[in-house]
Amino acid sequence: MSFRLEPRADASLALKLTVSLAAGLAALLLVALPVLLAGGNPLNAYALIIQGAFGSMFAFSETLNRATPLILTGLAAAVAFRARLWNIGAEGQLYIGALAAIMVGSGLLAMPPALLIPTVMIAGFLAGGMMMVIPAILKQRFGADEVVITLLLNFVVILLVQMLIEGPLKDPLSMGWPQSVPLLAEARFDKLVPRLRMHWGLVVGLVAAVLLWLMVRKTVLGFEIKAVGENHAAARFAGIPVNATMLKVALLSGGLAGLAGVGEVAGVKGYLSSDLSPGFGYTGIVVAMLAGLSPIGTVFAALFVAAVFVGADSMSRATGISNYLADLVVALSLLCVLVGSFFVRFRVHHEPDAALARRR
Amino acid sequence: MQDNQIVLSLEGITKRFGALMANDQLDLTLRSGEILALLGENGAGKTTLMNILFGHYVQDEGVVRVAGKVLPPGSPGAALAAGVGMVHQHFALAENLTGFDNIRLGTEPLMRLGSSRAAARRKVEQIMGESGLEVDLDRRVAALTVGEKQRVEILKALYRNVRVLILDEPTAVLTPQEAEGLFAVLRRLAANGLGVIFISHKLGEVLAVSHRILVLRGGRKAGELVTAQADRRAIADLMVGKSVAELKRTAPEPGKTLVEFRDVSLMRGVARAPLVHANFTLRAGEIVGVAGVSGNGQAAIAALLSGLALPSSGQVLLDGAPVTSADPRALVTAGVARMPEDRQHDGVVGTMSVADNIAIEEVRRRPFARMGFLNRKAMRQRALDAIAAYDIRCPGPDAEARLLSGGNVQKLILARVLEREPKIILANQPTRGLDVGAQAEVHRRIIAARDRGAAVLVISEDLDELFALADRFLVVHAGEVTDAGPSTALDRSTVGLLMAGHINTAAPAIPA
Repeated sequence: MSFRLEPRADASLALKLTVSLAAGLAALLLVALPVLLAGGNPLNAYALIIQGAFGSMFAFSETLNRATPLILTGLAAAVAFRARLWNIGAEGQLYIGALAAIMVGSGLLAMPPALLIPTVMIAGFLAGGMMMVIPAILKQRFGADEVVITLLLNFVVILLVQMLIEGPLKDPLSMGWPQSVPLLAEARFDKLVPRLRMHWGLVVGLVAAVLLWLMVRKTVLGFEIKAVGENHAAARFAGIPVNATMLKVALLSGGLAGLAGVGEVAGVKGYLSSDLSPGFGYTGIVVAMLAGLSPIGTVFAALFVAAVFVGADSMSRATGISNYLADLVVALSLLCVLVGSFFVRFRVHHEPDAALARRR
Repeated sequence: MQDNQIVLSLEGITKRFGALMANDQLDLTLRSGEILALLGENGAGKTTLMNILFGHYVQDEGVVRVAGKVLPPGSPGAALAAGVGMVHQHFALAENLTGFDNIRLGTEPLMRLGSSRAAARRKVEQIMGESGLEVDLDRRVAALTVGEKQRVEILKALYRNVRVLILDEPTAVLTPQEAEGLFAVLRRLAANGLGVIFISHKLGEVLAVSHRILVLRGGRKAGELVTAQADRRAIADLMVGKSVAELKRTAPEPGKTLVEFRDVSLMRGVARAPLVHANFTLRAGEIVGVAGVSGNGQAAIAALLSGLALPSSGQVLLDGAPVTSADPRALVTAGVARMPEDRQHDGVVGTMSVADNIAIEEVRRRPFARMGFLNRKAMRQRALDAIAAYDIRCPGPDAEARLLSGGNVQKLILARVLEREPKIILANQPTRGLDVGAQAEVHRRIIAARDRGAAVLVISEDLDELFALADRFLVVHAGEVTDAGPSTALDRSTVGLLMAGHINTAAPAIPA
């Protein structure tokens, strides 16, 4: 047997869906192995994960709560990656967005909620956006690699946040815990349902996904971003301002990650601390890749990843299997999706040796 | 090796791509000491056949034999080992290494200390002496001219002791004189027993250099003839499968000046080769041809007229108004139609649709956009009209542009830029790599635009094309632009000398 690959001219939607489903199944099969090694029953573990993620109103609310920042950081990665701008800095942009929200919303401005909430959101968006615009400018001017800069800026930002919450922004009433002064009540997001943690940040994420989808499909900006991302030489020749378009993408991408930070502060914690995000920025990259960089797909991918993490926690409590299983599920899903996308792009031919021999 | 034995034979090669028969039962034999021309339009199956020979594709049926031995299908390594060498249209050279290192690259064992540089050097110099391929071995490839790079590629193949040398469209990048030099080299190599396959779609050079011609059309053998007995007209008909209409052209009626280069220099930036104090004009209703060896300032002229650069000194005036910003959109608005030199790279976004690529220059304007939103219906309609009017062969307006052949990409670009009835047209290498049919179509459109009153600047490395199109010639050499006067008073050798920089030996410039 010998195998050959040929690129496909076009892939049908049915093929893409089939491959996605196959990738999901493959991931579940692969994860079953470590579950068996840990002495558990895979089907039982999966059932417990699903129950833990969706089994009750409380569980579902927790899943949605976890998905909220992931939708936004996922969109941040998706919009940048579509334009071939490699933003690995959503984590830092999230923190800087949260920081901006605290700076603006903890007493600096006295406004009614109808004004203060939008102000806080805009501040967070702009702060996150600038955090990506700077690397984009450095890339345009000096050819600096944005992957390195955005990745390293994550650490710079988190150290800055730690310095501020230990110093000028430290909450005097926090009994010594390193956390910032709280956000004013007028700046906080309402809960969507009383007594459940999910908040209006989810609506922000969903609206952002729909707007981004509209932008990609229907607007001149979306058209120009696609042209610049796919072939910047041709875009430039056709008169599309390549650098300006890239800066718009950078602002949008960083801004969305910044909004994720605003949501965590205004919707969940109420203050800024250095454990605000358990890696939402990095997980956003996985979410975007799982979604094939589709804005609407990002919502579902974020929901999936959030469900796995929330569900695995509860499965872990019930069975004693480590909740690291969640990382394994997400990582293997991503690998399976990437392998699957290979089969969407290429057609595999195999020919038995007999055919080869005949030709000789 | 000198007794004209068969070095290469392809027998019954068939290759299908889906429903498309790229090669249909093709046979080919090549004897040592023979130059075989493989002639055909784009899509005739030349490249597929050579890719099978070289192991890049696996044939569905048929065998390849080199010196009588069957090559395993799908193995480039085996083809190389059997002595098949190929010089591609796009060179595969490491730009930051010297010519010599490029020739040796890949032939030295990796793990041996102390390479046999001196021996290799002797071998290369011996090959250079025998073949007449002169090149400065110690210069970095990046600093070599295109013609020199090609010589390095040929030396690279010869250094590997090839028995069969395949050249894919080798003259596309050469001056007429350089092409003559290449032909002389090929004749010498053949006389020494090499078998040469020369792929081309230019009849003149095929007649000049080959011993035998194999004409392909639609994946099949359309004819095989001995060059000495071949007739130009008959071969053209074999290639196209029907009679090709001669280009008809009336005398130009130049009107007012639409483009003026006033002491324009462009020292660096988009174009690698500078332009130095260029003065020329372009008038309505005339086609001006820019002749020159690639890399002598054409790119600078094109960049200035495409809105990709501003002059470092001097002024470019469009219809009397100076160009003040390096903005392609400003030139589009000023009525300039721009056809890029590298149409696949700069002309289209391959992963976007035909409709998107037709609308791309005007995507911010009505009817394609309103309040920042796209009007997909208008874009689609425009694409449907363009596909019909310009005969763009594609599955439809939603098909990705990467699926189009070179000729159809050029038609797409023509549709994009000519639909606005532009006053000024920049046609940069308008038919490079296109087949006879598509060439004629592009030429017809350009002449029609001139007759409508457009000022056309054609930059081309194909002198036949310039003589077919241009009313007046400019020649560029080392960044300087010489007005060579009306094309009726010029011949190929005069232009060739100007291209080589012999300004004094040229006919005196005809006063305006």
